[in-house]
Parts: sequence; structure tokens; C-alpha cells
Amino acid sequence: MNKKTLERWSPWILLVVTILVWEALCRGLNVSEFVFPSPSRIWQQFVEFRDVIAGHAWRTLWVTMAGFGIAIVVGVLLGFVIGSSRIAYAAVYPLMTAFNALPKAAFVPILVVWFGIGIGPAILTAFLISFFPIMVNIATGLATLEPELEDVLRVLGAKRWDVLVKVGLPRSMPYFYGSLKVAITLAFVGTTVSEMTAANEGIGYLLISAGSAMQMGLAFAGLVVVGAMAMVMYELFSYVEKHTTAWAHRGSQNE
Amino acid sequence: MSKDAFVDFQNVWLAYNEALLAQNHFAVEDINLQVRQGEFIAIVGPSGCGKSTFMKLTTGLKMPSKGRILVDGQPVTGPLKISGMAFQAPSLLPWRSTLDNVLLPLEIVEPYRSNFKQKKDEYVARARKLLQTVGLGGYEDKYPWQLSGGMQQRASICRALIHEPKMLLLDEPFGALDAFTREELWCTLRDLWTEQRFNVILVTHDLRESVFLADTVYVMSKGPGRFVVQREIDLPRPRDLEITYTPEFTNIVHELRGHIGAMRKSGAVINQ
Repeated sequence: MNKKTLERWSPWILLVVTILVWEALCRGLNVSEFVFPSPSRIWQQFVEFRDVIAGHAWRTLWVTMAGFGIAIVVGVLLGFVIGSSRIAYAAVYPLMTAFNALPKAAFVPILVVWFGIGIGPAILTAFLISFFPIMVNIATGLATLEPELEDVLRVLGAKRWDVLVKVGLPRSMPYFYGSLKVAITLAFVGTTVSEMTAANEGIGYLLISAGSAMQMGLAFAGLVVVGAMAMVMYELFSYVEKHTTAWAHRGSQNE
Repeated sequence: MSKDAFVDFQNVWLAYNEALLAQNHFAVEDINLQVRQGEFIAIVGPSGCGKSTFMKLTTGLKMPSKGRILVDGQPVTGPLKISGMAFQAPSLLPWRSTLDNVLLPLEIVEPYRSNFKQKKDEYVARARKLLQTVGLGGYEDKYPWQLSGGMQQRASICRALIHEPKMLLLDEPFGALDAFTREELWCTLRDLWTEQRFNVILVTHDLRESVFLADTVYVMSKGPGRFVVQREIDLPRPRDLEITYTPEFTNIVHELRGHIGAMRKSGAVINQ
């Protein structure tokens, strides 16, 4: 096996090794499945409850994507405003940073009061937790324009809008796609956290109910499913990023 | 005198903002300068002497605090579209091919902007021809990061010239290149200028570069930024790189070096 194929398969190899070690430890030390279930036990429960899990997973997925969709729209718009105006940047940025520092789980009870138990709080938590990186990245891409290039264009009579559209936006695209990868994983966190206290459906709800029924295998299966979904979405956006902004990923010799 | 001048600075002073103006702290002071149509001038001087400020004044990106600037007989009141600029950093856009980078000004400046879509073929042909003249034929569809530093700078100069400006402003355009590439680009610029006869204002640190290329070299002093020496370069044209090894050439370079050396010395005394 040469170096490149090894590199490609390395995550899978690590995964298999982790599962094997985990299984061996659970069996060898005779750990109770109510404390820490072995992979085989998790798999067993996963197969047993696959329809239930699938239902909850689907719910979590679409709720997350809805919140994430809102986050893209709001994040891009805010980022555009902040990045294109120095005053807006100065005014908005500190407040946004403060807002971002708040634990989003703390919003869930408030959202429940406003929207009741269900999809409302989950979508909004996913949105609140994931729009910030998108906004910051768009704004950074727009705000860090080379002054010389701006001079070259301004002397030609370019308006701010021209500079933003011709240079600023394309320039911020790699930042944007980069932020989507981060944001989508955060959005899953938001949804799951919200569902744990404010929903009767979704993986978060499944985790809580499985936990209180001492079905540790099922709870772990739920965790694995969220992780897998986030992972798949991350890879999807990573793929989109590579294929839309190839110019930003240049320089590797073995391409 | 000022009647046939293409660029005419009359007692131009510039302070960067109101506070500095109130303190009588000027970036450039009392600039008087007349440039003939089609003349190639070079401005040399120590770092931070206001050479780049001078360029911003000429292109109308900055307005003088005092005095008047006329270009082509008209007072400068805002960004001057008849100028093209290139800097030390080529600042090409990495997501555009070399050709599209060169076309960028035409997407912005009038009258090209309004008919860019209809006449695109014509403009593309023009850009290809220009790229060919500077030796970038065959590289039109490459991306900037696939080009060497010298090639990027050539493309950057093409971008500055695509809208056929009457005035080309170059701010240390060859500063980041190695010596051989730099001399090659001197010749490229010389040929472009000989053919098209636009005005050139070249800001540089390199005395040999200024003497080889320019009709007139101005030496600028630092703090305050003033023109202290005006030196006509009467070497015959067309000039070949060989000329840089002649005693006449070396003497002029030496003389200019003397002015700058004297300035740095007196500057050092003042700074103590």
C-alpha cells in the first residue's frame, strides 16, 4: 500500500481500530452495558430500533437544515453589510461578539416560551448558533481588500458597489465555503441541544428518553447518528468548496 | 510654459487631514511640475518622501490642500479615468484568468462598460494583442498563480493599459523582481511607451531604472516632501540596455546618487 492510498484510508483504519479497542476493553473489563455499552451492543440496539432512530434522525436533519438555511441568508446579508461599511463594522462587530459568547442552550427556555415545544426552538437554536461564523467570514473577505487594487479600480471610476461585486464577493467565497463547514456542524449541536429539552421528536429527544429508560445502547446509537450526519454534511460542503473555489486551494504539487 | 503642459502642478501642498493641516504638517510641499504630452518622467527619493502621495494627487484620488493641478488642461476634480496604475504588488485576481484580469478595467470604466457585452470579442482581441506585445502570448488563459512574478507584473501593466489611458502611473512596479527580470521589463515598458507615447510617471528607488527609462528625473526630499532636483536625461533614444554600461549613463546615475546621499546626510543631522 503506497503512501497516498494509506492517507486516503487512514480515517477508516483509525475508526476500525477505535471500535476494536473499545469492544475489547468493554469485554475484557466486563463493563456493564448500563454504564458504557460496547460497540456490538450499540449496533444491536441500532438495528433493533432502526425505524425509530430513522424517524428521529430525519426530523433532526431537516430541522437543522432549515435553521442552517436561515443562518446562511442572515449571515451573508449581515456579513455583507458589516464588510462593506467601516461604520457598520465598528458598530455591529462588538455587539455580535458579545452575542456569540452567550451559550445558545440558554436561549432554549426563552424560545419555548415564545414558540412552544416543537420545531420552533430547534430551528432557531440551530440558526443562532451557526450564523456567526458565516457572517464573520463574509465580512472578513470583504474588509481585507488590497488598497492598491482598490486604487486601480477607483481611478477608473469604480463605485463601491463595483468593487464589492467584482472583487469583494468572489474574494470572500473561499471564506464563505470554509465557514459553511464549521457552521453546519454547529447547527447540529444547536438542534440536538434544543430537542433535548424542548421537543417530542428528534435525536435530542431520543437521547433524553433513552437515557431515562437506561437504554444506553440506544442513546449511544443516537449520538453516532448525529455525528454521522454532521460528518456527511461537512464532507458535502467541503466538496462544494473545493470545486467552486479551486483557485484558493492551489499550490499543492501532487494535483 | 503651462499652456502646453499635459500635467501641471501649481504650488501644490497636501496635508492628509484637517488636524495635520492645522499643524502645518504637509506630506508634500509646494510642488511645481510641468510635464509635456508624452513625456516619461521618473521620481526618485528615499522611502516615505511622499512619492506615492504624488501619484494619488495626479490621479485625483486625493485633492490638494492648497494649489492647483491641471491634467490635459482640465483641473483635476476627482478620479481621473484617463490614467492607468500599476504597483509593486501585481494584485491580480486569482479567480480570473490572465485575460480576464486584463479585461477588468473595461468592465468598469466608461465608455467600454456600457458596450462590454456587445463588443466583448473586439476587447478580447485587443487584450490578447496587448498580452502578446509584452511576451505573454500563450499565457492568456492561465491563472495568475501559474505565472512567475515577472509575468504577473507584465499582466498588471497590461491591465493598466487596456483602456488606452493617456497617462500611466507606476509605483515601484519592478521593485520585487530579480535584476534580470527587471531589466527585461524595462525594455518591455520602453517598447510600449515608444509605440504608444502615453505619459508615464514612474516612481522608483532604482536610479539606474529612472535614468534608463525617463526623459526627466525628479529627486524628491523627505519630510517635507519636495522636488529638490530636476534632471533632464539627454541620452539618445532608442536606448538599449548596453547604454547602462557607458560612462555618460554612469555619470548621471552618480550625480543623482550624490543628491540623494547629500539629502540623507542632512536629514540625519536634522533628525538628531
